[in-house]
Amino acid sequence: MSDLERIVVLAGGLSPEREVSLRSGDRVRDVLAEAGIHAVVADADAALLSMLRADPPSAVFPAIHGVCGEDGAIREVLGLLGVPYVGSVASACQMAFDKPTAKALTTAAGLATPPSVTLPRETFHDLGATAVIDLIVARLGLPLYVKPSRGGSALGAGAVRTAADLPAAVLSCFAYGDTALIERFISGTEVAVGVIDLGQGPQALPAVEIVPGEGEYDYAARYTAGKTEFYVPARLPATVADDVARIAIAAHTVLGLRDLSRTDLIVDADGTPWFLEVNVAPGMTETSTLPLALEASGHPFGRTCVRLLEQAAARGA
Amino acid sequence: MTPEQQPISQPQRIDRYVGQYAERAVGMVASEIRALFAVAARPEIVSLAGGSPYVAALPLDVVGDMIGQLIAGQGATALQYCTAQGDAGLRERICDVMALEEIRAHPDEVVVTVGSQQALDLMARIFIDPGDVVLVEAPSYVGALGAFASYQADVVHVAMDDDGLIPEALEEAIRRTTAAGRRAKFLYTVPNYHNPAGVTLAAGRRHRILDICHRAGLLVVEDNPYGLLGFDGEPMRALRADDADGVVYLGTFSKTFAAGVRVGWAVAPTAIREKLILAAESAVLCHSSFSQLTVREYLNTQPWHEQVKDFRELYRERRDATLRALAGMVPSECHWTRPAGGFYVWLRLPDGINSKAMLPRAISSRVAYVPGTGFYADGSGGQYARLCYSLPDPDRIGEGIRRLAAVIETEMQLRDDFGPMSAS
Repeated sequence: MSDLERIVVLAGGLSPEREVSLRSGDRVRDVLAEAGIHAVVADADAALLSMLRADPPSAVFPAIHGVCGEDGAIREVLGLLGVPYVGSVASACQMAFDKPTAKALTTAAGLATPPSVTLPRETFHDLGATAVIDLIVARLGLPLYVKPSRGGSALGAGAVRTAADLPAAVLSCFAYGDTALIERFISGTEVAVGVIDLGQGPQALPAVEIVPGEGEYDYAARYTAGKTEFYVPARLPATVADDVARIAIAAHTVLGLRDLSRTDLIVDADGTPWFLEVNVAPGMTETSTLPLALEASGHPFGRTCVRLLEQAAARGA
Repeated sequence: MTPEQQPISQPQRIDRYVGQYAERAVGMVASEIRALFAVAARPEIVSLAGGSPYVAALPLDVVGDMIGQLIAGQGATALQYCTAQGDAGLRERICDVMALEEIRAHPDEVVVTVGSQQALDLMARIFIDPGDVVLVEAPSYVGALGAFASYQADVVHVAMDDDGLIPEALEEAIRRTTAAGRRAKFLYTVPNYHNPAGVTLAAGRRHRILDICHRAGLLVVEDNPYGLLGFDGEPMRALRADDADGVVYLGTFSKTFAAGVRVGWAVAPTAIREKLILAAESAVLCHSSFSQLTVREYLNTQPWHEQVKDFRELYRERRDATLRALAGMVPSECHWTRPAGGFYVWLRLPDGINSKAMLPRAISSRVAYVPGTGFYADGSGGQYARLCYSLPDPDRIGEGIRRLAAVIETEMQLRDDFGPMSAS
């Protein structure tokens, strides 16, 4: 029996992914309960520090997505408090959460990632949006994919097929953040590869192939049960499946991640996998891919969460 | 399985009933806007979004004692089923409330509902077949649009101005509907302190609207949640007071007592009323006896007129804070309505600014509102935002509008850099 007397699942936060995070947090709490571990869900709010100080938990399971949850901030605070937690340390989160930084580091490690530019809002203002957009299209070509440099759940993100649609896409992106990552759109099979480390080093879970029912894998497609089909394992040739597993482990390792992560990739028509981004607090909802991959690979979701918590508790702060 | 392939995997859709849902459920999907509203519930956000009444102004200890006595004295009734039409004693008190707006009704004419939202649902249920036309104001209450959409109505918006629904626009909408070989099932209107527009149907227009509808054989559904919350003078005379046969009146205690008790009502011509009762019976069997008796006791034993007066003063102060802050802070290209009651200011943003697209930035800046797109069946209205002043205190309202003003200015700069955003 584990020594997890008091477990706190952190969920909520103030980012646009709050609702998703609350669903993730509730699900983690529920699967822990099924595995015999009582956990409470707590928000990252003004009451959190006094609560953690008054009754320090055996370990914390962070399930806050977006700013505060994935940018390392809350983990930095947990470190200051001396509270053990599941997942990557703050400095690694900072690198992974900032998509351009993650792309630069993984590119340096030899992973293929779509050509891109990263531009803050001020650049468009100072140099003239039209001129900058023309330059982007001339350099990267079409189609493109625009997303905020920090954030998740496809909020503010979208594909652009024509140059005329790019300004609107950049505007939508800037509603969620002041810096846009604009990358060449790679058409192909969308896959998510979870990585889990239960003490024997990082292991890739089976790739999950994502097939949205219609259009893009946007917010509605991600969080409406039934709008997207998932194939576990992904329908990939074995060599390509090995490639995406290798890339996910490489991204996890290069970025110094710990315990668990999820890497999102596109496999193009030639079978080349392209690294898109990595998530340090992957979604844990009923429609999220990491729990699907865990279950499909013989790692019961609840039991895996327990083992991650045991590992964190044993590791200490 | 070929040697090169992974094991063949079957698609998982998480929802095993995909393909079995009714057509009307197609639009029921996760949305970014709802996700953003989840953030607005946090106290760090100044929420000018949800239209919640300030129930903290109620004497909660007194209400608590009253409920305790209700259970002690009448628990066997309060915790039992009742009739689908609702408690007779409550219906008598409802008639007293409506008398303030000059409606003369008999308790037998009243049907108690789960808030007025259920009355909207029941009206849609008994009148609307898929594709039927319903006329509503432009903009219109989002809850009504949702109720009508769930019965697959074809909603046609009719223009308003600062004096409410424009009679000529209503005539034109009826004419066009008729010319298309169709007939509108009813006109849905919020004549007083409109949600979301904040305007009130001018006294001089009321007879005209009734006359137009009477001539066209068009039923009027008068939704009046805010009628007793006017800031100047006596309540407006209800449309129902002048046409008992042509108007279905919907009322609620959500704004004058407590939204949480979920007690509303409908007053309708006999034939409609009978159908509403049968529809209510099939929907919920009967409404909560406990809620109904709570409201009845409140009206019987508490100084509710005084409480409504307190609410009016509270909301007037918050309305004033809102208008003052808007006048002092937002860019001059913005325009807004000046409500004489109720909860809402309807803000028109500068040209080329879309309130729905702006919402994520507003939430990041810790202020929330409802984008205008929610108040149009076709998703237009992006240039507008609904600001609700009922919940935050005046200082918070000022802070919220200061944040909102900065967000609008950023959007204006983006508009200037990138060109105007689409209106929906």
